[in-house]
Amino acid sequence: MYAALWRILPGPWWVRVVILLALAAAVLYALFWFVFPWVSTIVDPQDVTVS
Amino acid sequence: MLGELLITLGVVALLFVAWQLWIGDWIIGAENDAVGKSLSQQWATTAPTPTASASPSASGAAPADPTTPVVTADPVVMAQPGNGQVFAVMHIPRFGPNYAVRMAGGVTRPKTLDPIGIGHYPGTAMPGDTGNMAVAAHRTTFGKPFNLIGTLHVGDAIVMETPQGWYTYRFRTLEYVKPDAVEVLLPVPQQVGVAADGKYLTMTSCSPMYSKAERIVAYSSFESFTPRAAGAPASLDPVS
Repeated sequence: MYAALWRILPGPWWVRVVILLALAAAVLYALFWFVFPWVSTIVDPQDVTVS
Repeated sequence: MLGELLITLGVVALLFVAWQLWIGDWIIGAENDAVGKSLSQQWATTAPTPTASASPSASGAAPADPTTPVVTADPVVMAQPGNGQVFAVMHIPRFGPNYAVRMAGGVTRPKTLDPIGIGHYPGTAMPGDTGNMAVAAHRTTFGKPFNLIGTLHVGDAIVMETPQGWYTYRFRTLEYVKPDAVEVLLPVPQQVGVAADGKYLTMTSCSPMYSKAERIVAYSSFESFTPRAAGAPASLDPVS
């Protein structure tokens, strides 16, 4: 999977590394700001009120 | 191929744990404080101009000046907020100088506790009102507004800022109860059948942290109301 990704990226090795770092940053941003907050509303096992 | 996929999933799962325990609270906590602070500044700029009834210290005097007389007035009691409707910003100097978390009506997670911060138990007293005002917030995750509730010292200020001014309560004591202990919400906490005899604040959160086994409860009592025109009260000063 990652070998295939490396092959389809254009340019010399250092351009590919830069592209990969940008991709990783984009994935982390999506996870931290959108995906994980949404997952957290579903799985979070806590309760702060009395009832 | 499959191996790489599984490793990736494992890394994402570990990232989620790190996000849930630390990273998410840095992000959401900072966002909550920033939103609360901007709301507070917005109220400051739209506040009514000082009136004659607003005391001698209303203009110029620094609120922290110990010689400045404490300005108090009869508290303005707000109407009950709607579910998810923001009505105040809570400041607790013990929780840090930047602590500014919005308070809204209702204590459901989807409407108030997850997206906004501190929830007000419907039907309990409003700030400055006779009886018991009860609020709840997360102690872990979602910016963890009440994370440091167990570190409050007796006498610590808990200040609620509204467009009208600042309501200062002073922390009195902690209690640990079972999740069904609704008596902590009574007009006089834990006193069944007793009519309201004072102005109390009850804060509930989860205990132990990351658990739903018990609840931690912090009780405070009302000290004073400072009208907007009198400037920020000394109870907002940093504590050591």
